[in-house]
Amino acid sequence: MDGDRKIAEGPAVRGARDGVVAEKQYLLVCGGEGCQSGKSEELFLALHQQAEAQGLKNEVQIIRTGCFGFCEKGPVVKVLPSDAFYCGVGVEDAAELIAERVGARRDVGRLVYRKEARLAATTRVPEGGSYNKQFRIVLRNCGVIDPENIDEYIAREGYAALAKVLFEMRPEEVVEELKTSGLRGRGGAGFPTGVKWELTRVAPGDVKYVICNADEGDPGAYMDRATIEGDPHSVVEAMAICGYTVGATKGYVYIRAEYPLAIERLKIAIGQAEEYGLLGKDILGSGVDFELEIRLGAGAFVCGEETALMRSLEGNRGMPVPKPPYPATSGLWKKPTVINNVETFANVPMVILKGGRWFASIGTEKSTGTKVFALTGKINNSGLVEVPMGTTLREIIFDIGGGIRGGKKFKGVQTGGPSGGIITENDLDAPISYESLSALGSMMGSGGMIVMDEDDCVVDVSKFYMEFCVDESCGKCAPCRIGTNQMHSILERITKGEGEEGDLAKLEKIGQAMTKASLCMLGGSAANPTISTIRHFREEYEEHIRDHRCRSGSCKALVTYSISAEKCIGCGLCARHCPASCIAGERKGPHVIDLGRCIKCGACFTSCKFGAVVKA
Amino acid sequence: MAKMTPASLEEHRVAMKAKHPTTLQASPTTRIVVGMGTCGIAAGARAAWEELRKSVAEFGLEDEVQMKQTGCMGLCQVEPTVEIAVPGMPTVIYGRVTAEVAKRLVRKHIVEKTLIDGHIQDRPAGDIVATNRGDE
Repeated sequence: MDGDRKIAEGPAVRGARDGVVAEKQYLLVCGGEGCQSGKSEELFLALHQQAEAQGLKNEVQIIRTGCFGFCEKGPVVKVLPSDAFYCGVGVEDAAELIAERVGARRDVGRLVYRKEARLAATTRVPEGGSYNKQFRIVLRNCGVIDPENIDEYIAREGYAALAKVLFEMRPEEVVEELKTSGLRGRGGAGFPTGVKWELTRVAPGDVKYVICNADEGDPGAYMDRATIEGDPHSVVEAMAICGYTVGATKGYVYIRAEYPLAIERLKIAIGQAEEYGLLGKDILGSGVDFELEIRLGAGAFVCGEETALMRSLEGNRGMPVPKPPYPATSGLWKKPTVINNVETFANVPMVILKGGRWFASIGTEKSTGTKVFALTGKINNSGLVEVPMGTTLREIIFDIGGGIRGGKKFKGVQTGGPSGGIITENDLDAPISYESLSALGSMMGSGGMIVMDEDDCVVDVSKFYMEFCVDESCGKCAPCRIGTNQMHSILERITKGEGEEGDLAKLEKIGQAMTKASLCMLGGSAANPTISTIRHFREEYEEHIRDHRCRSGSCKALVTYSISAEKCIGCGLCARHCPASCIAGERKGPHVIDLGRCIKCGACFTSCKFGAVVKA
Repeated sequence: MAKMTPASLEEHRVAMKAKHPTTLQASPTTRIVVGMGTCGIAAGARAAWEELRKSVAEFGLEDEVQMKQTGCMGLCQVEPTVEIAVPGMPTVIYGRVTAEVAKRLVRKHIVEKTLIDGHIQDRPAGDIVATNRGDE
């Protein structure tokens, strides 16, 4: 396609040799932190010199870019408009690259990036995929269309799946297509979506409901917010498809009130769809009705649990009820109800349009399709990423995420938020799937992925998640209400240096009880972060308990600051920065910290230019 | 808009495809697309939008340059993000678009037709919608 594209205007240049008009070439040299250390700046200069020397200066523009990931394979160079991607390009390759790519318009084969054989073996991506590790189904329109304009969604095959379903498919066929696709719930538990829809479809009853769970509450997770903000119609369309399939004429989107922009865009989308006759009575003249309403959640984490969510929707206090009965037979107002997560719904139109077999060809055998992750924490390129199932954590963190910020050492990654666990260096090469993450003591969860480095203390992190669960426990069942509190108080003691022998056994025992006896998954998984960190970092817990030492220095109570009399030159900078005014000393004489009044904020440590403040 | 039928939906789709080209490579018109998710707005996307609009007006290009908002492009680290498509040039995404960078984008990329150093980000993934429907 590149060869025959017409050049309308713009900087087309005359080829130096044959005199034909050719497109200008753009060499993008990665200027990320990782590549800088990998000599990308020298490469950048060498490419410029070569372009000049070979008389090709006007046919190419060479620029530096932001980080492209792939830092371990740097420096990387991307060529536009051809999209060729070169890895491990050295200064010595500059002459050949310019002569071949810019002069002769050919790729330098040995430098072109190739996917590792291992990747091809664990995950399946449709052919024709480039070097990109991401593959966007859910986020297909995010960052592409104007979310407030239904016409742009329609231009990108929007509502084609709904029309296809209404006029060409029976409800059973829709269910079959979903089953073929292997799509599983993206809220974290991974229940097969086709089965869920079928159970609701065959459940007796005239009145049925469709609910979209947009009560995204995991700390650090924002996949659903971004999906609704970027492509609200994909969820609206999928819910209408679901309504037709299961025989529901009414749907609710339960979304947290803290997402004002997502709510606004969803309202606009529903209004536009109604105006076009794609929602409401007699959709597209098919005789099928489906209307959609938005309900705002007040921000309780437990309302992301489906039974609590439905109680909240009914106007009651958001508390879970025992299952069974499952929502498929007795859900909202005791009617058969499909309740799916935002991301699950966003997949549906593509499953219908491209077919279940296409969807099943992506990912792993049991976990098909893709998963969206919110990649945050101590990572160079935090971002919203969508990868085929079966991609490894290493690829997400190092190739897409560009590795750990500031060249620090990777310690672990928390997936599944307060319900998940930590995964360490040893398990980074495990391909991502529902089963593999559970086997590692974590879970898929909704998709939060928080990266930690050597400066993070695992005890402190566990305490943070447990504190979250204490706050968010609804209090209905004792194991969760009491268990989270007890575990939190033990963790707090440990971080204060007041831990006792036997604390770890106690934590494990309470954790087991909560996991077995809690009413819902909030309590049932609240112990996971603690249990998994004990499993992987037992020696750090023991250091806190026995030696009253926190190796990362995060637990303030276990850190003391002092000033080395030898190194201190008496500049007084630390004293000026100290918010507690507890540092004193003669000018040009050694200073001293009054430990009784020290609040351990570390301001002296970071302000000292002579390394005289010691943290121990 | 009258209520649609399957036929009128398809008709509308054809018209809208022509009006809203979203192919990632060659663009028939000059477009500026600003990432306006909560993340982008928090990082200053509105200021970038204002500056882009002003600069486009200063060069008298209001009629030629189409400006639109979009959702999150997924590049949280480098928000605000702006995609620029100019006929005959590769469509690229710029990151960390402050008001100052926004001004440069219009002058250098749109008017002088040259890419800006240091701000281009990699497009995270290809486009699955552009490929044909059905089992291929």
